Amino acid sequence: MHLAAYFPGVNNTTVWADPRSESQIDFSSFEHLARTAERGRFDFFFLAEGLRLREHNGLIHDLDVVGRPESLTLLNALAAVTDRLGLAATVNATFNEPYELARRLATLDHLSEGRAAWNVVTSSDAFTGENFRRGGYLDRADRYTRAAEFVATARELWDSWTPDGHSRPFAHSGRHFTVSGEFTVPRSPQGHPVVIQAGDSDEGREFAASAADIIFTRHGTPEAGRVFYADVKARLGKYGRRPADLKIMPGVTFVLGDTDAEAQENASEIRRQQVSPQNALLALEQVWGRDLSAYDPDGPLPEIDPDPDSALVQGRVRHEDPFVVAARWRALSEAKGLSIRQTVIETTARQSFIGSPQSVAAELSAFVAGGAADGFILVPHLTPGGLDDFVDRVVPLLQERGVFRSEYTGSTLRSHLGLAEPVWKG
Amino acid sequence: MSANRPLHLAAEIGGPPHYDAGHYLALARLAERGALDYVTLGDSFARPGLDALSVLSRIAPDTDRVGLVPTVTTTHTEPFHVSSAVATLDWVSRGRAGWNVEVSTTEAEARLFGRRGAAPADALWREAGETADVAARLWDSWEDDAEIRDVATGRFIDRDKLHYVDFAGSTFSVRGPAIVPRPPQGRPVVVLDGTSAAAREPAARHADVVHARATTPEQAAAIRDDVRRRAAAHGRDPDTLRVLVALTVDLGDAETAPEPGLESGPLLAGRGSYFRGGPVDLAELITQWHRAGAVDGFHLTPITPGRDLERIVNGTVALLQHRSLFRTFHPGGTLREHLGLARPAARYALARTAGEEA
Ligand SMILES: Cc1cc2nc3c(=O)[nH]c(=O)nc-3n(C[C@H](O)[C@H](O)[C@H](O)COP(=O)(O)O)c2cc1C
Repeated sequence: MHLAAYFPGVNNTTVWADPRSESQIDFSSFEHLARTAERGRFDFFFLAEGLRLREHNGLIHDLDVVGRPESLTLLNALAAVTDRLGLAATVNATFNEPYELARRLATLDHLSEGRAAWNVVTSSDAFTGENFRRGGYLDRADRYTRAAEFVATARELWDSWTPDGHSRPFAHSGRHFTVSGEFTVPRSPQGHPVVIQAGDSDEGREFAASAADIIFTRHGTPEAGRVFYADVKARLGKYGRRPADLKIMPGVTFVLGDTDAEAQENASEIRRQQVSPQNALLALEQVWGRDLSAYDPDGPLPEIDPDPDSALVQGRVRHEDPFVVAARWRALSEAKGLSIRQTVIETTARQSFIGSPQSVAAELSAFVAGGAADGFILVPHLTPGGLDDFVDRVVPLLQERGVFRSEYTGSTLRSHLGLAEPVWKG
Repeated sequence: MSANRPLHLAAEIGGPPHYDAGHYLALARLAERGALDYVTLGDSFARPGLDALSVLSRIAPDTDRVGLVPTVTTTHTEPFHVSSAVATLDWVSRGRAGWNVEVSTTEAEARLFGRRGAAPADALWREAGETADVAARLWDSWEDDAEIRDVATGRFIDRDKLHYVDFAGSTFSVRGPAIVPRPPQGRPVVVLDGTSAAAREPAARHADVVHARATTPEQAAAIRDDVRRRAAAHGRDPDTLRVLVALTVDLGDAETAPEPGLESGPLLAGRGSYFRGGPVDLAELITQWHRAGAVDGFHLTPITPGRDLERIVNGTVALLQHRSLFRTFHPGGTLREHLGLARPAARYALARTAGEEA
């Protein structure tokens, strides 16, 4: 089993009103979570990215945690306070250029002695583009073609130094990039930093099957996980890759208690904190695409239909047809007699693993044994102490079960993941 | 001019490339032991070596006081990313970040990106000035108290204290606000080499510290006066600016140098005036120039960092401290404090409160 720690900063599941919640930006918070993950012998530490502050109804969204550091800069600093933990940065392939990013990633791999990873995300929305030279012009259809060419170009740069330390000129000419010259950084300890993909469309899965070492997915239930797992692993053959070459890691949340019943109680309390009355209305507006501020969060769902063309929600990817979601929410609300807030709590804030440490360890093990994942990216709900209990109480049980390492056996992230160094293509 | 202005000292820790952190960490710690204001690490997309900002971020947790000033270029980079990265360096170093603004002039650098051709220095420096400008606006785009965590209203931030910068430059535009909250120093320290004519204007407008190459105290004083005059013309208080003379120093052959001092021959391209002599000779030169009121301090680029920085710290700096010309410890924690520069107020906060009072 592979385990990663997601830093619960900018995120609508992060509970900031809890008295134990600390800064999402001070270095001490990142240091705490990373040291905890390393104490738990985790594979890697993970940072998400967003390149523009989210908006709602034309206003900056003000309810959730907001404000984050730039990932690669922060991970270099974390390399100083950790020894073995992998360090994964989410960096957008649409608003960066291959030469600069390949150089920064190779730098992190050198300075961390082989612990760098890159989560390749894409975004073609003009909303984010307004912060960049490119602007918002990149067509949606070009997202993954640019990302794929970006990764391929980065690999050419990483391969432009021979393993014995000689630099050779590179030249790449393609649809999105025409670049040439000499790369300034020798081949890094991992050969290539580990590549992660996080996206769910057919194009996204195909791109991951062809080029990624890890997929970060949202499919965090056993059923959906098995379907996704089988689908993605089946795509590998046509790229000459084996199932073990691509690790599938859903992002999951967890709540612990001394007993299963206590964990359930804790979970309900956390859900109530995550979904304040204001957040409940916001979640509703994000599905409906309409201003619903006049509704009572403790009252019933609105009768009116969603507006499918709404410009109300900005900076968050829509994953589903709003009519389908609204119909599902109405059905649930009527069947159980739930208010707006209760409905939102039921549908959006359900934690993935809830129980005593024994139960959670058993469930996680069964999930992996059942072919639904190769491991997990754990998303705590508290910054920065949200992983402490997991590491102290669940990790030892996973180790006893023999499904998770007790000591690091290698020093690079590739070695933790059981991935070979990529073959040098000079 | 006052001869007892505090003396500021900084040193470059680059040189032949190293691909591990240990080498740079040892040099930065040495500089820190000498109570230097900051270390710089040069960078260019076309010279062998690691990304400088990443290196200084890697050593930030292992140092305590010394300022960390990487070169980050503006020609082929995204202003939004640059401002985020420098702000993050300030967060991880707890207020010790600076940014040496540089441009990329060559065709070879342009080909690495394939986005635009090489351009004349004037245009690139104008763009660099705009990049420094937008970065400062982004650093100001979160007021210091924008994060409120108000449980009663469910609001994490007060959105009235976050501001769109809506910057339109000659080659880019940025909407804002920043994704990184306002860094500990308010604005990290902007450093710019103002020796060349093309860079003088952006230096006067946007830099907190200006490096200047000069071979005589008179020449240094003339540059300093010029930069201060231009800064005043832009409505800045010239006393919020520090001008440091950039010297490349070779302390390796004190015994064999026929006559210590600045080379009268051709200067090493782009590396400042060239000083050769012993650590004591260098202390003499610094003392004289500083006593003459010509400069606020010196940025020293050791020709061989390992050897020369050790001689600078244990020889030159020790002597200057002995003469009470240089402090023996860092009295403050941030780079701005070392430089005697106030933490700037966020411009949008000022505008907002002015608006509220009106
Ligand atoms: C689990 C997961 C995590 C993601 N994290 C980020 C992120 O941190 N930053 C970002 O810009 N996009 C993130 N994305 C968005 C994806 O990169 C992608 O743009 C989006 O899912 C749409 O692509 P798709 O249609 O292939 O799913 C994430 C997606 C998934 C599924």
